[in-house]
Amino acid sequence: MSALLETRDLVKSFGAVTAAADINVKINAGEIVGVIGSNGAGKTTFINMVTGYMPPTSGEILFDGKSVIGKKPRQVMRAGMCRSFQVAQLFPELTVLENVLIAIGMAESSTLSFFSPIHTPAREKQAKDILEEYVIAQYMDEIVSTIPQGVRKLLDIALAMISNPKVLLLDEPTSGVAIDDKFDLMNTVMAAVKKSGAAVLFVEHDMDVIARYSTRVMAFYDGRVLADGPTLDVMRDENVQKLVIGHHLDMDELEEASNA
Amino acid sequence: MNSKKTIYLAVAALLLMLGGFILPYWFSFLITIALAKGLVVLGLVILMRAGLVSFGQGLYYCAGAYAVGACADYFQTDNILLLLAVAIVAAVIISSLVGLLLSRYRDIFFAMFSMAFSMILYGILVKSANFGSSDGFNVVAPSLFGWAPQVEGGGILGYWSVIIIVSLAGLLMWKYLKSPMGMAGEAIRENEIRVEYLGVSVQKIIYFKYIIAAVLASVGGAITAMSVGHIDPEMAYWTTSGEFVFIALMGGTAHVAAPFIGAIIFELMRTFAFQISPYTWQMILGIALLAIIIFLPNGLWSLKNKFMKGKNA
Repeated sequence: MSALLETRDLVKSFGAVTAAADINVKINAGEIVGVIGSNGAGKTTFINMVTGYMPPTSGEILFDGKSVIGKKPRQVMRAGMCRSFQVAQLFPELTVLENVLIAIGMAESSTLSFFSPIHTPAREKQAKDILEEYVIAQYMDEIVSTIPQGVRKLLDIALAMISNPKVLLLDEPTSGVAIDDKFDLMNTVMAAVKKSGAAVLFVEHDMDVIARYSTRVMAFYDGRVLADGPTLDVMRDENVQKLVIGHHLDMDELEEASNA
Repeated sequence: MNSKKTIYLAVAALLLMLGGFILPYWFSFLITIALAKGLVVLGLVILMRAGLVSFGQGLYYCAGAYAVGACADYFQTDNILLLLAVAIVAAVIISSLVGLLLSRYRDIFFAMFSMAFSMILYGILVKSANFGSSDGFNVVAPSLFGWAPQVEGGGILGYWSVIIIVSLAGLLMWKYLKSPMGMAGEAIRENEIRVEYLGVSVQKIIYFKYIIAAVLASVGGAITAMSVGHIDPEMAYWTTSGEFVFIALMGGTAHVAAPFIGAIIFELMRTFAFQISPYTWQMILGIALLAIIIFLPNGLWSLKNKFMKGKNA
């Protein structure tokens, strides 16, 4: 079976700085891939490239067997690859419900209707169901700029999931979220993702979160993929421990988390 | 809008039209000009809701007026429907070309570029001897297939047609602002990246909004031309465009009615300010705008919410 998302020899350089090099990655349907790596290792650059936000300097990106090089984010999104952002990208002065309604309206068709109202009972029902699925329905009528960070991150992911993508790329879903809330957030997201059947790639710094949710881990270091394989194997890797994680890991504890 | 409100609107429009027989001519004329400007401002408000301020709506205001003037003269016609259609066609042609460029720009660049294009038209018209250079030329009074109802003081067809057009355009734009296409404006103002990742072209949305605003402005210009009976290049001058921005700030952007209320108050204020102090009337307008910006930063329309809140409390 051919991979859902595949990159071949992906390179991105900004002048003399090489942000990504020799990125060869395959992501198959149903996989949950954790991505680790220090700041500047090329994780977000990777997501930006595969979603069409910035073109790679060289290399090939195949989604569902077709090249997406030169495609705009909106075309990549229509093909079935969506993303969330490290800093939630929302419409801050609108309410949570309006955010979802706009997203639903846009997901339905790229040719937007001029005169039929966006507020329809069907769309509102759909929006409420989505908000309930992400356990943020209580914030429905609040202005986005006033809601807590964790809720914003969930809303950001909810918006990315509205079009039922085949691949979901989450850029640090738990960044800016209190430690105590991280697992709740990830549980909610993973439950929703599992229901939809999308393959997930998520960037994360917390090894406990990685161990618990990912089936496979990619470690980025200095623009390259240092290691790629089953979660625990990558975490045991000496280079990964030295260069990416930066300290010795208590593997017993992580194995326990991984099996949980 | 539910059917009840539509009926209220129709009744109000009808009463206002009949009022043309009783009201003094100067007043119905003032309303005509104010509502025509309100149409231009409505277009501007649609752009402003998407975070774009155009300092060049005078381009389409003037183009609509000159399309009417030129067509009336060339074809020797005074048919209001034909003249309006010509103005709209002119606006669509110009804006679909200029919009290709402008839809790529935001913020101050959009504002300056839009102003530059209106000043180009101004420059061309000032140099065009056939169009009377900076003096402009006269435009015939309109008729509807030869029917031109009169009241004491002058024709009333312009007044009637502007009320009908404003009602229809207001209704249509009210629906538009609540549609996915209309709401996309707010979405773009708030976060373009998210809109792009929701699978929609930001540039395309802005392009359509720009054309809609241009058509509204040209209709406003066409009505002004027919009602005043004279046009000149000043209509494309940047101060004219600035006046539309002034009215938009005064009225607010929260509702389609706001630009029309703003425009009527603006015209009344100007008329009386001119009467009170013929040499320093701009100062009175300036102070009024300052007061509105300081006390009602969201425009006169925000008064409505204040009163509504008072009622609920």
